[in-house]
Amino acid sequence: MATQAGAVSLQPRRATGIWRLLSTTDHKEIGLLYIYSGFLFFLLGGLEALLIRVQLTQPGMRFLSPELYNQIFTMHGTTMIFLFAMPILIGLANYLAILMIGARDMAFPRLNAFSFWVFLFGGLVMYSGFILGGAPDAGWFAYAPLANPEYSPSHGMDLWAMGIILTGIGSIVTAVNLIVTILNLRAPGMTLLRMPVFVWMVLITAFLMLFALPSLTVDAVLLFLERNFGAPFFLPAQGANPLLWQHLFWFFGHPEVYILILPAFGIISEIIPVFSSKPIFGYRALILSGLTIGVLGFMVWSHHMFAVGNSPASDASFSLSSMIIAVPTSIKIFNWIATLWGGRVEFKTPLLHAIGFIAMFIIGGLSGVMVAIVPFDQQITQTYFVVAHLHYVLFGGTVLAVFAGVFYWFPKMTGRMLSETLGKWQFWLMLIGLNLTFFPMHLLGMDGMPRRVYTYEDNPGWALWNSLETIGSFILGLAILLFIFNVIRSLRSQEQAPDDPWDGHTLEWATSSPPPAYNFASIPTVRSLRPVWDQKYPEFTDEDSSKIDPEPPGSVTIPNTDPPQPTDHTEPVEGNIHLPSSSFNPILIAFGLTVVSYAAIYALWFMPVGILISMAGIVLWNWETP
Amino acid sequence: MEEQKKLTGHEPYQPTTLGIDSRKLGIWVFLASEAVFFSGLIATYLIVTVRSTQGPYPNEVLSLPLVSVNTFVLIASSLAMVIALSNAEENKIHRTVIWLIVTAVLGLVFLGGQVYEFIHLFHNGLTLDQNLFGASFYTLTGTHGLHVLSGIIWIILVIFQLLKFRGDASQAAMKVELTGLYWHFVDLIWIIIFTVVYLLYT
Repeated sequence: MATQAGAVSLQPRRATGIWRLLSTTDHKEIGLLYIYSGFLFFLLGGLEALLIRVQLTQPGMRFLSPELYNQIFTMHGTTMIFLFAMPILIGLANYLAILMIGARDMAFPRLNAFSFWVFLFGGLVMYSGFILGGAPDAGWFAYAPLANPEYSPSHGMDLWAMGIILTGIGSIVTAVNLIVTILNLRAPGMTLLRMPVFVWMVLITAFLMLFALPSLTVDAVLLFLERNFGAPFFLPAQGANPLLWQHLFWFFGHPEVYILILPAFGIISEIIPVFSSKPIFGYRALILSGLTIGVLGFMVWSHHMFAVGNSPASDASFSLSSMIIAVPTSIKIFNWIATLWGGRVEFKTPLLHAIGFIAMFIIGGLSGVMVAIVPFDQQITQTYFVVAHLHYVLFGGTVLAVFAGVFYWFPKMTGRMLSETLGKWQFWLMLIGLNLTFFPMHLLGMDGMPRRVYTYEDNPGWALWNSLETIGSFILGLAILLFIFNVIRSLRSQEQAPDDPWDGHTLEWATSSPPPAYNFASIPTVRSLRPVWDQKYPEFTDEDSSKIDPEPPGSVTIPNTDPPQPTDHTEPVEGNIHLPSSSFNPILIAFGLTVVSYAAIYALWFMPVGILISMAGIVLWNWETP
Repeated sequence: MEEQKKLTGHEPYQPTTLGIDSRKLGIWVFLASEAVFFSGLIATYLIVTVRSTQGPYPNEVLSLPLVSVNTFVLIASSLAMVIALSNAEENKIHRTVIWLIVTAVLGLVFLGGQVYEFIHLFHNGLTLDQNLFGASFYTLTGTHGLHVLSGIIWIILVIFQLLKFRGDASQAAMKVELTGLYWHFVDLIWIIIFTVVYLLYT
């Protein structure tokens, strides 16, 4: 059962210290929890990437054993997709989309906390393999029969399946929460076509998660039943067709690509207009192309399977649908360039990352069109060309966009500015590092170097390119260290960031930095796409006066001066602000599900204990006044 | 909730942009996701069952009369849920509770029938690891059974909430309606499973 943001007592119950962390239901705190945990997993995944690169520096190296190498590259992919990219984007959405639509919290604050904890525990379940006798080792897409017990005898893939189910539950619940919040808790005047592009992209992403993740959950359930209870879903000896795994996986897997990139598009679409001092070019085209990508994303999954022997007709149609996706994507890129064109462009760190994103994403997008061509794909499938492509879109795309967003919103979230100088150093190091690491992979891939193999023959040129890639990966590592230094330095500084440091357009800049628990002292009324800009510069407004809503009686416009600063942010300003109380039941339910997961693998008889813990959480959840 | 209303002078649930209760919208959105989940399981069943290389096969072990009775019980439980909701909307809390109990009991009867069927099948040699039919049959119907069980637990929680409920009648009806949406959905899924698993192969 769920509650609404409004259904709260006047003075919310709040724990303090660590207990507050474990019981928070505030969307901003949960957003930060997502972002910090996502970043920690990013460091783990990055460490694994460095281990992979060291092992591949020279042919025939024995830095990692083949078994450990399998575990490391499996966890690298799993971590970066499920434990870093998705959570950190969900975290940004959690924090910012709510502010941008002028709401006080998510529609279901306690479910929001549950989503976070079940994601975190899911990630820890997968990682616990390293201390429980073997991490997952069949690759992040866990192809059957490679993931069958015959080839992956440790409990690693069982932990992987359980972790996937747990994080999947978290993502689906978040998707429901985000959809309901964005559709139902918008500020007065915030029509769908006045929502910031970021909010639109989050909404589309939430629908993608809603419809794509169940397919992965089914797959993980089947794999788990096969590995632990002998259900022969993927055993050819029993007549099964292991391709079932791939179809179910990629029906999730390709929409997943857009789950990772659409919010990134949204971040870029917020940053570019602000640093060009212009409204976004082609707002409706951006949204429509996002919707098109979301729909087409469900029609292309089989392009990951051109080499498995599907019929030529099937391959041809999936090839065509994949190439069509380049059209809406290009529309977006032209929109961003047109926004920059003729603007008063300020090359601050967020914009540098955004422009780096556009350039790198074009490279990754073009190699994407190349691999959508069947004969080409059949040549380079399972080679480093594919690795190059996916890293240009995920590192050059998603990661650069995440850093753009972090630099842009850091003052809002923490009340501190990041150093521009260090940020620019970080950007250039990352740009050089990522091209040095990933560009040679195109060449090695076309030369036939297979991916996912722990070492390689001393073929002409391979050692040189691989050494350069390893150097590039350490430059990336250096850039990340610089970022960590920058963050710590800023957080320890005493200098308060302004509420609106970038001359922003959207509602998050109308409140203090960091925002009070109640977000806005009074809910703003929205009259255009750029409410904060119009408030600041009425002479340059793009408000269409014919479409302005009549001002609702008694409404208060956005404060363009400092909002009221109460001594204690938990004290409501106006008496009628509702805030969700904290609750330990979300983490209790998530913990119970984690116990169930371990019991399913190691000791079935222990399962009732986990079920009872979760049930206790559910019963107490219904008991408490939200 | 009355207490809250007095404290704040507000309805505890704030007005929404679309004018739909957020919880109701949430359930609908969640059920859309569940529909994809069951589509995956049903598609898996359809794809793999026919590939079984050893018996028992569906037409050898599945018993249509038993499942038909069970299906009827589940549909009857949906009817009971409809009656419960219409009573809740008329603010007849006690009748609502009675009909919710009827719904939950019919759900339990359905689950009992399913357990009986599983035992029967087990004795006929159909296990999870016997063949692809067994694997996908138990996975699909078992997952559905777990959904019915969750629904029963939800109904019981609602019954307890209604028994101590002293607030606005529309909020009581909303609680029943949310449960009802889920319950009817699970019922609908069963009708598809009944068609695909039982009618198609026996």
